[in-house]
Amino acid sequence: MKILDVKGLTKTFGTFKALDGVDFEVRKGEVFGFIGPNGAGKSTTIRVLLGLLKRDAGTATIFGQDVWTDAVAIHERIAYVPGDVNLWPNLTGGEVIDLFASLQGRLNSKRRDELIAKFDLDPTKKCRTYSKGNRQKIALVAAFASDAELFILDEPTSGLDPLMERIFQECVEEVKAEGKSVLLSSHILSEVERLCDRVGIIRQGVIVEVGTLAELRHLTRTKFVVQLNTPADGLGDLVGVYELNRIDDSWSFQVDSEKLGAVISYLSPFGIRKLESAPPTLEDLFMQHYGDEVGASLEGDS
Amino acid sequence: MGQLMKGSIRLTRFIVRRDFVRLVLWVVGIAAITLAVPLAFQDLYPTQEQRNVMAETMRNPAMTAMVGPGNLEHYTLGAMTAHQMLLMTAVAVALMNILLAVRFTRAEEESGITEMLRALAVGRRSPLIAALSVLVGVNLLLTLITWLGLASLRLEGLDSTGALLYGLTLGGTGLFFAGVAVVCAQLAESARGATSLSMIVLVLSYLIRSAGDVTESAVSWFSPLGWVTFVQPFSENNGWPIVLAVTSSMLLGMLAGSLQGRRDLGSGFIRTKPGRIHASAYLASPLGLVLRLQRTGMIIWAIGMLMLGISYGSVLGDMESFFDGNELLKSMLAGNSNRPIAEQFLPMLMLVMAFIATIPGILVMHKLASEEKKGRIDSLLGLRVSRYRIMGAYVLVALLNGVVMNSLAAVGLWAAGRSVMDKPLSLELVFGASAVQLPAIAVMIGVNAFLIGFIPKWSSVIWLYLVYSFMTLYLGSLFQVPEWAARISPFGWVPEWPIEMMNWMAAGCLFVIAVGLLSAGMYGYRNRDIQ
Repeated sequence: MKILDVKGLTKTFGTFKALDGVDFEVRKGEVFGFIGPNGAGKSTTIRVLLGLLKRDAGTATIFGQDVWTDAVAIHERIAYVPGDVNLWPNLTGGEVIDLFASLQGRLNSKRRDELIAKFDLDPTKKCRTYSKGNRQKIALVAAFASDAELFILDEPTSGLDPLMERIFQECVEEVKAEGKSVLLSSHILSEVERLCDRVGIIRQGVIVEVGTLAELRHLTRTKFVVQLNTPADGLGDLVGVYELNRIDDSWSFQVDSEKLGAVISYLSPFGIRKLESAPPTLEDLFMQHYGDEVGASLEGDS
Repeated sequence: MGQLMKGSIRLTRFIVRRDFVRLVLWVVGIAAITLAVPLAFQDLYPTQEQRNVMAETMRNPAMTAMVGPGNLEHYTLGAMTAHQMLLMTAVAVALMNILLAVRFTRAEEESGITEMLRALAVGRRSPLIAALSVLVGVNLLLTLITWLGLASLRLEGLDSTGALLYGLTLGGTGLFFAGVAVVCAQLAESARGATSLSMIVLVLSYLIRSAGDVTESAVSWFSPLGWVTFVQPFSENNGWPIVLAVTSSMLLGMLAGSLQGRRDLGSGFIRTKPGRIHASAYLASPLGLVLRLQRTGMIIWAIGMLMLGISYGSVLGDMESFFDGNELLKSMLAGNSNRPIAEQFLPMLMLVMAFIATIPGILVMHKLASEEKKGRIDSLLGLRVSRYRIMGAYVLVALLNGVVMNSLAAVGLWAAGRSVMDKPLSLELVFGASAVQLPAIAVMIGVNAFLIGFIPKWSSVIWLYLVYSFMTLYLGSLFQVPEWAARISPFGWVPEWPIEMMNWMAAGCLFVIAVGLLSAGMYGYRNRDIQ
């Protein structure tokens, strides 16, 4: 069942096309990872979904309702954590959590106190004294203490330490276990890899890949290191083998996922003494889409 | 020291480049009014006889309380300009300096820009020095333009020395309040706190000067605005008060520098007490939030408005006895009205108080714009809260501010008048005269709401509109500013009740316009992108 559905979403700022036909969906009970570098359109998409920005074209619905016209009705059932949490400097953290809760609807005050303890937060301090991480904790406590059905989290852990990040991951797993959905925008790829059922990669306002991690892995290459009894000199000529390197008697190379079988059967006659394979990480996948850009920008910087 | 000031020249240039339009608008606006007034006087009162008649009407405590003493014996064109315009223009210059100074210092710090800059090869003192350099430049420029401008008008009674002193008075007052504002920026922890604190100093200066000038005591020397009225350009040409203003502004600048050296970035000297764990019940709605955020400011404004009303009310008794002893004046001023003198001054006093009561209302609306800029609106709109509800809360509090502040001034005036007058003004009269201003205040808030709804970048234009209204109406109530010029402001449509008949038509139209602007503004806010 689709909780969130986006089709052909377009948004321009002046002449800059921030979103150019974004398509994806979030289904009930899944954690959807939304990844892409800064400026790719993640936050713009999320702000359109929250009804803060008016889309130029396309459709965007949450719970089957339009994100612009039915914003308030939708917000009753969602919780949002921005990446850059800005709070009122003269209110305390506790006051802000209560304010958000009362504007949201119902607050589970037992859960609130549990979460405050879990995140190790001092709610009596004024918000102006909080660091970025602590402000993020406020927003996270307010979000996870609500009984929302969809959580929209825009880089929620960018200011958290590894311990707190682990707590955050537990919270996400808990709400997922309750059958709730999560849209998690992030560029901490290990986090996405651990939490997300499906992933969408956005680049320059367009979704370039969507699917489960397993599906996405099919699109990319597996790393191999092999030691053979007899040198296999024709290995480099095989279709789907890349970046072949020989160190002493081991070969390291990458193989297109659909050519795996062919390569393995080619190698077995040469006597495999050792074979190590590593599935592509999300980072490999990500770099495959952005590698050119990173290289180009590094050159530009030097 | 060099280390502490590193980069200040670059920062100065940066501020000028970034805020060029804002600076030009302020300086040109104030200079244009300063130059237009003597020309208007020349047209309206071409002969000395006419000016002498004007001088007689000015010879009363209420006028002295409002604009300070003037050289009424030799009421030349120059003396007239200095008397009726200098103090009010100086207040406008002070306002400009306060707003700019806080913008360049505490506001930058609050938004985190200062932190970014200070992480660069920029000295600890540099942002403050850059801010002060720009302010000195702006005041210097204003001084030069008014001096050369007034001198080049070549009007009788406006000599070059007087013009220079006129310009220097404006610049000196400006510098003084720039100094006050940068000190307040060290004391308060927020931009709003710094602005409020500086405004309190400005209002107190005005009140102290009013009291001192009316009683002709030395009390006025304790107010920087009192110094303004002591200069008397184009007649006495007394330059010492300017030296006093410039010297004290330098001391204030140094005080700010020394305070800044003693505090952490982002902190202030006036600390707030530790807070609650839970929100109180009334913080459970956008309205509660707005009221909570505005609480301190509203209390301060309420006290200020009450004191303003009391200070105006307390001169009503003097005025009464003054006019009672002078049959000629009485008949001249009264014209064809048989009403008591105090009643005749009521509309003008109420107008001034209504202008001031508009400011806290506009400040509330500005808060909505700044909440958006600081990204706090996102968190609220992500909850079950519609934009109508959020903006509605701000509009409601803004209107509430206008009504409460305006009425508090009326309460002060009525209460003080009661104790000093033989025949006190009735409560209905005072509140009636106060209430006729309310639709115009609502229109000003409506214009602001409209700007925020459709062109949020330009929402500060409302200040220019308010200054424009004040200048045209303030002048318009003294002499004939072209009718249409005053009518551009909503206050130009307010009937001068009880002198004039109540104009229900105009009041009704203003009310409808206010409602229209507010609704349009809210519609615009609902349908635009949140920045």
